[in-house]
Amino acid sequence: MSMDYKKFSRRVLCLALLMPVSTVAAELTVAVASNFTAPAKYLAEEFEAQSEHQVRLVFGSSGRFFAQISNGAPFDLFFSADQEKPQELIENGLAIDDSLFTYALGGLVLWSRDEQLIQSSPAVLSSNQFSRLSIANARHAPYGIAAEEVLSNLNLLANLQSKLVRGENIAQTFQFVFTGNAELGFVAKSQVYQDDILISGSAWQVTEDLYSPIRQDAVLLQRASTNDAALAFLAFVRSSRGRSIIRSYGYVVGD
Amino acid sequence: MGFSEADIGAILLTLRLATTVTILLLLFGAPLAWWLARTSSRFKGPIGALIALPLVLPPTVLGFYLLLALGPNGPIGQFTQSLGLGTFAFSYSGLVIGSIFYSLPFVVQPLQNAFDAVGERPLEVAATLGAGPVDRFFSIALPLAKPGFFTAAVLGFAHTVGEFGVVLMIGGNIPGETRVVSVQIYDHVEALAYDQANQLALLMVVFSFLILLSVYGMQKKSHRQVLRFSQ
Repeated sequence: MSMDYKKFSRRVLCLALLMPVSTVAAELTVAVASNFTAPAKYLAEEFEAQSEHQVRLVFGSSGRFFAQISNGAPFDLFFSADQEKPQELIENGLAIDDSLFTYALGGLVLWSRDEQLIQSSPAVLSSNQFSRLSIANARHAPYGIAAEEVLSNLNLLANLQSKLVRGENIAQTFQFVFTGNAELGFVAKSQVYQDDILISGSAWQVTEDLYSPIRQDAVLLQRASTNDAALAFLAFVRSSRGRSIIRSYGYVVGD
Repeated sequence: MGFSEADIGAILLTLRLATTVTILLLLFGAPLAWWLARTSSRFKGPIGALIALPLVLPPTVLGFYLLLALGPNGPIGQFTQSLGLGTFAFSYSGLVIGSIFYSLPFVVQPLQNAFDAVGERPLEVAATLGAGPVDRFFSIALPLAKPGFFTAAVLGFAHTVGEFGVVLMIGGNIPGETRVVSVQIYDHVEALAYDQANQLALLMVVFSFLILLSVYGMQKKSHRQVLRFSQ
């Protein structure tokens, strides 16, 4: 028993000696709103390639992340789908005030898998060509609030009420349309466009005068205030390379 | 404590769903459990395992496959469309179908155990007295298995009330149709309405405790384990 232990501790010592004396590499965990899934993966991949750091991405709804962060979840950065939640975290002393910035403005798209259904206009919404319209839940999802705003500006909200199905977040809203259970839905532009080209199906890019801008804020969380990896990742996201990656997924990014 | 109109709607819908599903499951589950208890067929193992799957599978697996199956290109979706019924996702009927799969083991297993416990002897005696198979089922097996029916009904009902993952996947959060209590709680939490979430969640805790208390109280009385999750 004691022999084994000695052998074991010698091995551990050898391993420890092989490690670099001071480790520059650090790991960070980022909570990302589901609409930003694709660009976040791409950003993390490129960031990891050019630095020593490791990025762990967690995707989900901003509301759930808010609740988790308020209860001590081990996240370093929070990329919310709105502005209210990061702001409230700052007010609650859980996030760092001067790290707050708008990383993207989301675009809203009416999308269908059927290539014929949407003629680059909202005309289909006042037709009888569909039985289910998928939108995100407007009670807490920013893309859902925007979708209801569009419908009410088009004077269609009351008429379409019985056809609405609500996803818990924009990922599920997309999933309902993707599986064909809803013929069309209001999804995030980042989910169906790549480099300004529609990946599949048919779509109408909702004109910006029909909904208030979907400003998405990111914030450094209190526990990571001295985490070099987190600061480096934020700097990368704000760099011109980072911004052009975000733009390529259909978001508008300020200069 | 004041529940909003939406909360009360969700509670009523949940109770309606659980009642419908429990009645259907007792109707379909009883013959199935009877067969499983009496058969020596080589299909007994695989079918028993199939029924027990929802016990171990995450509800998201069941929900995801149901979403695909109910969709316009899925087997159930194509069948319902060919009958002119459209597709069932995002509808009350869709939830009933999903819940039947989800709560099936909670009804079939207590019934199967109860039928097992009846044993061969009373049935053989009845047969020698001239009772046919149907008569034996209704006048011997059913009355003797009554505690099993009670447990099956209570557990099936409670489990359907507690359903979340499947509903979230195939429900679409439609008030009065698919927005059940568990989804409503989730929504409250997402919308940071923690007080309202707390009210409903507390109601669920109390309700579930009372349900389980009634089952275990019953078990104590009959000195027999009615809840058993294996063959």
